Amino acid sequence: MEYHLTTPIPLEELRKIKIGDVVYITGTIVTARDEAHLKALELHKEGKQPPVDFQGIGLFHCGPVMKKNEQGEWTVIAAGPTTSARMEIFQDEFIKTFHPGLIIGKGGMGARTTKACQEENCIYGYFTGGAALLAADRIKKVIDVFWYEELGMPECLWVYEVEEFGPLTVTIDSHGGNLTAESIKNIEANKEKILQEL
Amino acid sequence: MMDIAQVVEDTAAKLLKIAATKLPSEVKEALIQDEKDTEGSLGKSQLKAINENVNLAETFTKPMCQDTGLVSFFVKIGDKFPIKSEVKTALIKATEKATEKVPLRPNAVDMFEGNTKNNVGLRGYVPWFYFDLVEGDKCEIIAMPKGGGSSNVGKMKMVPPGKGIKGVKEFVVEAVAAAGPLACPPYTVGVGVGGGEDMCMNLAKKALLRPLYQYHEDENIASIEKELKHILNKLEIGAMGLGEGTSVFDVHMEFAARHPASLPVGVVISCWALRHAGATIDREGNVEFHPH
Repeated sequence: MEYHLTTPIPLEELRKIKIGDVVYITGTIVTARDEAHLKALELHKEGKQPPVDFQGIGLFHCGPVMKKNEQGEWTVIAAGPTTSARMEIFQDEFIKTFHPGLIIGKGGMGARTTKACQEENCIYGYFTGGAALLAADRIKKVIDVFWYEELGMPECLWVYEVEEFGPLTVTIDSHGGNLTAESIKNIEANKEKILQEL
Repeated sequence: MMDIAQVVEDTAAKLLKIAATKLPSEVKEALIQDEKDTEGSLGKSQLKAINENVNLAETFTKPMCQDTGLVSFFVKIGDKFPIKSEVKTALIKATEKATEKVPLRPNAVDMFEGNTKNNVGLRGYVPWFYFDLVEGDKCEIIAMPKGGGSSNVGKMKMVPPGKGIKGVKEFVVEAVAAAGPLACPPYTVGVGVGGGEDMCMNLAKKALLRPLYQYHEDENIASIEKELKHILNKLEIGAMGLGEGTSVFDVHMEFAARHPASLPVGVVISCWALRHAGATIDREGNVEFHPH
């Protein structure tokens, strides 16, 4: 199935989607990698709010290449997904705290994120790794940037307006399904067989 | 009088641009062929996106991936080449220049001071240099940016020498299986065997520079490369780790002598974007870019 979602993504829409489906998203997505996840969660613990409301929007595991044009406005040069597995250690807490609708990344995520997606109605969409110009093409506007001076270009929060951003292959749904976990299980079984035959 | 340091700087900046925006032709062809050969829609769609993206990068001279990597240079300096240590200074300047002009993503992060914003480390070492001294009057420079995602799955093991070559193969299989979907497959795998714990990793990285499908001139090594390529594809990692399409395009190995008590094995994995570009400069400042 193919779905075209608009942010904030309604819960009933998210519940319909299953692993293997393809989705496109229109609306707001915000980049966040390791440092931004940490900082947002730390702020929350101190009783403060991060500068962006993540509820129902797309959270993009991405450290883009950005450049200022002659008018001094930020433009996107390249913006593909980064390896999501690094965020596994705090993604579940992030989902429970800030309730994003869709996480966009590559390489898949683990059991903790899958559980949080199931409990909080979130999904994970896989954008082809390294396809940074295809991604940049779907970003229509740079709305804002936060924490640039402190965290630097790859790690700060870039707020983008996107149109039909995708295709994203859903590899974690809100029903406990995880497509990459299945793939990893197969790889592990093949490995054992290969090692025995060596 | 030709300013030879300036020629080195300009050439190296150009090499970083070529490496970031254009794949070596044999890598490009391998990806196109893989899209044709892959039957499953999940894998085929990933390869289609990769190939479209590679074409966009080449057409618009933009970085194919937002992770333009940590910069390293492989340099051979001839005895009669007019400058030596100045080559190093020129390569650092080239890195700063390319970061601004291409642009490259600033990827040099100081543990205490944060991102340096110009891809040059505050404490030396980045960009990283592999220098070699050779006969003649030329200087060969190969720029190799490597992304963090694929570097994160690199592995080193001191294999018990009693396990011999079988121990080497086992470790390569384990390392590539562990990389699984994490580092943007289809992969190219570099393996360094022997030397010390540091040297095996250097050799593994250097092995990635050999063109795809060109096997080691030593037949003993070439046959292990072919065997490993065959068995690693049985892992069924597939394009972007979704189980469909080629897992590993090629395996390249380099061997050094080892200490009797040690069998160091280094595995360095490249994502589909196996990026490098080279040129040779003569003492007059004439530049010849390598076929790409």
